[in-house]
Amino acid sequence: MTRTLMTGNAAAAWGARLAQVEYLPAFPITPQTEIIETIAKWIDTGDMDCRMVTMDSEHSMITAAGAAAATGVRVFSATSSQGLLYAMEMLYTVAGWRAPLVLMNVSRGLSAPLTLESDHNDIMAARDSGFLQIHCATCQEVLDSVLLAYRLAEDSRVRLPVIVNLDGFYLSFTREPVAIPDADTVHRFIGPFEPGTISFRASTPVSQAVAVLGGTPYSYFRFEVHLASLNGLAAYDEIAREFTEAFGRNHDAVEAYHTDDADLVFVMVGSFATKAREAVDRLRQAGWKVGLVRPRLLRPFPEARLRELLTGKRGAAVIDQNLSMGKGGVLHTELASALYGRPGAPVLVSFIGGLGGRDIALEELFEMAKVTRQAADEGQAPAPRLLFTADELREVRKLQAIAQVERQRLKD
Amino acid sequence: MYRIRFHGRGGQGMKTAGRILGTAFFLSGFEVQDAPRYGAERRGAPIFAYVRAAKSAINERGVIRRPDLVIVADDTLVTIPAAGVLSGATEHTVLLIRSAETPEVWKERLNFPGLVLTLPAAEGEDVLELRYIGATCTGAAAHLVRVIPRESLAQAIRDELGHLGEDVVAKDLDQALEAYDLMADSSGCVTEGKDPPADAYEKPSWIDVPFEEADVSAPVIHAPATSEQVPTGLWRTMRPVIDYDRCKRCAWICSTLCPDSTISINEAGYPEIDYQHCKGCLICMSSCPSHAIRALPEQEAAAAAAGGTPS
Repeated sequence: MTRTLMTGNAAAAWGARLAQVEYLPAFPITPQTEIIETIAKWIDTGDMDCRMVTMDSEHSMITAAGAAAATGVRVFSATSSQGLLYAMEMLYTVAGWRAPLVLMNVSRGLSAPLTLESDHNDIMAARDSGFLQIHCATCQEVLDSVLLAYRLAEDSRVRLPVIVNLDGFYLSFTREPVAIPDADTVHRFIGPFEPGTISFRASTPVSQAVAVLGGTPYSYFRFEVHLASLNGLAAYDEIAREFTEAFGRNHDAVEAYHTDDADLVFVMVGSFATKAREAVDRLRQAGWKVGLVRPRLLRPFPEARLRELLTGKRGAAVIDQNLSMGKGGVLHTELASALYGRPGAPVLVSFIGGLGGRDIALEELFEMAKVTRQAADEGQAPAPRLLFTADELREVRKLQAIAQVERQRLKD
Repeated sequence: MYRIRFHGRGGQGMKTAGRILGTAFFLSGFEVQDAPRYGAERRGAPIFAYVRAAKSAINERGVIRRPDLVIVADDTLVTIPAAGVLSGATEHTVLLIRSAETPEVWKERLNFPGLVLTLPAAEGEDVLELRYIGATCTGAAAHLVRVIPRESLAQAIRDELGHLGEDVVAKDLDQALEAYDLMADSSGCVTEGKDPPADAYEKPSWIDVPFEEADVSAPVIHAPATSEQVPTGLWRTMRPVIDYDRCKRCAWICSTLCPDSTISINEAGYPEIDYQHCKGCLICMSSCPSHAIRALPEQEAAAAAAGGTPS
């Protein structure tokens, strides 16, 4: 198959193009905008038959996306960071409508202070919204995941919106070789959207999920969203198998790299996981039995599969590129709950790294393996560690010295 | 794996240079990863782009820490610490710098541990030619690694720039191939760097970040108008110069339209440009009704302003 060099953003646009999306509400934000620009160009040149509308905010954008999806057309949109949070109210609402659509999130750290670069606090904030979440590690995965996401969202067992997450800069602006699947094969894989009863029309007005309800019906409707999300696990496995048959690429709900004979594993999501893959290769050359476990699907949480992969391991270095203030890494917390009380559960060592695009060096992955091995030997995990060096603290101290001088000057 | 970093200024085509080199590697049978890196400000600000190329799948990501080749398109960047031009350079690293000065001068001036090469730059360059810097740098890089055939370089330029029209492609091809041929004597001097093995690596100096009172640890800038402290004028590649004989003192036009508020009005009613902060966007020049503002290449203008000849 021919491969082309393209960015993660371009790969996302190609996914939308091949999925023959029909409606695209848009609002710009770095580092996402290139996705929309690429599609806008294709609409201009006639390569895509899609209605694009520029909105006044992400809040309106997701409202429009959900409303359009409720009419039974295939909807695509994209945002990032502050934009995702600005849309937050409508994420929960649209999921409650049971409107299937695909939203790209290009991960970027949240304010304050402001950053343009990547971490996962934005996407983690949407964790409980009812949107399913697929996390990508390569540009190829971005394209493929858009196709998988439409199948998942539109599956009658699920019928929920899906977010496909790619990391800002590390994927969004990074070109890698990507195979563009053959359009006919994609159309056989996805086919046109069969909306069934999803057919909101102005001519036949209905009120969608707006009534004020008491706890009993409310509990029912919300729990149905939860059950539909859980159905996503089996549905995803099925769809991913079909995908492999059609395109030859494997996108299991959890990537397991050299895990069979591993004593120790790295657990993480997103593009930095390829760095861990590199570290696994090097550590194995040096005689370590190390592997990588990478959930691609984060909602629904592939709990059973993670248990299967982690039980019997001695230690797991859980690397969170997010931080729940006052608790710690989200992935670490979720893994701990999945493994609690299970015999043969590994010692979980929590690392917080890569906040605001801060790089994670190969040496740091080696060191995390070493710390985790020691924790496994001792049967006890050390305190969670922020990946932050003495040099970095010195850098901050310089800024603080400047602040101190300025503050003094202000007083004088 | 080859790890190559391009340094330039926003607008000089470093992103495109990275892409052309990436495509040239790809056409030569390599796996490739290329990406630009920049912040909120673009034109004239220091940016860099990087290219990784290997015969097997590339799992490494992000900024290149141990470059095999560093290419500097604009030698004025060397003096800007934030540009990080020399970051991670070792005796293995080759530095290719576009400059009117010799490699020996740069080698000594920077105390550079590795091989230094230069691409000749003309004095007082025509800004219209600056757009081809990317192609020139790419052409040179392609020959320095030796694994990119001339034809792959040419095809990469056609692939990446084809949408700009035949004239642009032809001009870039000329520049790139000329630079390619110019590097014949140094062909193959850039080689794939070695990586630290997992059993003998430099241990990261992790520390426990201490708690500090919000008074200290909240991100506050304790001074007004701090943006004045940033000499954004350094980003300028072209300098607007006011010809006061032609100026009609309709200074509200240029001073209002300047997006950085760098034009003030003096007591006589004439506009004055604050060159510490003017980024050289030339909106003033294009909006001046009496055509009293012209643009000069920055180096030439700076030398003239200092009373000397261009260096």
